[in-house]
Amino acid sequence: MSQNYDLELDCKGLSCPMPILKTKKFIDGMEVGQVVKMTATDAGSIPDVQAWTKKTGHELLSYEEQNGVYTFYIKKTVGE
Amino acid sequence: MTAKRLAIIAGHGTLDAAYPPLILATTAVAMDMEAAIFFTFYGLEIIKKGKADKLQVSPIANPAMPQPVPGISIPNIVGMLPGMTAMATGMMNGWMRKANVAKLSELIKMAQEFDVKLIACQMTLDVMNIKKEDLIDGVEVGGASTFMEFASQDAIVMTF
Repeated sequence: MSQNYDLELDCKGLSCPMPILKTKKFIDGMEVGQVVKMTATDAGSIPDVQAWTKKTGHELLSYEEQNGVYTFYIKKTVGE
Repeated sequence: MTAKRLAIIAGHGTLDAAYPPLILATTAVAMDMEAAIFFTFYGLEIIKKGKADKLQVSPIANPAMPQPVPGISIPNIVGMLPGMTAMATGMMNGWMRKANVAKLSELIKMAQEFDVKLIACQMTLDVMNIKKEDLIDGVEVGGASTFMEFASQDAIVMTF
């Protein structure tokens, strides 16, 4: 099943904390309800994105790992 | 109780000591907290104009420093020889580039963009004869009470 998304953000090649900082900035510019597909190669991505969504309240719809690339679908659920 | 703020004291001016305060402060803001870093003593090096990307790693009294040649243990006293600090720093910078870690200057830029409060300790500026003009723009100068006022409200405090 493929996940629908509105926007894409490429954080591949970046190390901690950059994927999270970029995701935060990107989501700040999105509308509530929109979904971003974020890709990263940082090996700590899964726990970090989980912790980040838990703390900020945005919804991590799903994630997967394939050949060292992590893909996350995050829905903006909280406005400013 | 949920902490709403992260208050950090940065007291060291080596490359490895400069990363955690900036990484944690920016991440805290990304997680909807407020963050402040109080730069004191050698920590002031981090926010001197043009200095962030020139900070060094000390091989002396640092037995955890990975060996340049795996399996060959170099006595720590060798770190005292001229040029060893530059060598250790070069090695560390090489590893950092390989892992694509953001430069300290980039993290400082990000911290400023995220409104991390950067406070330079007035007392140590005076002690070490550093002028406000020597520091990057956007830094606030203050004393212990400036930091404590921030740290006194729902804050986690960390020291590096």
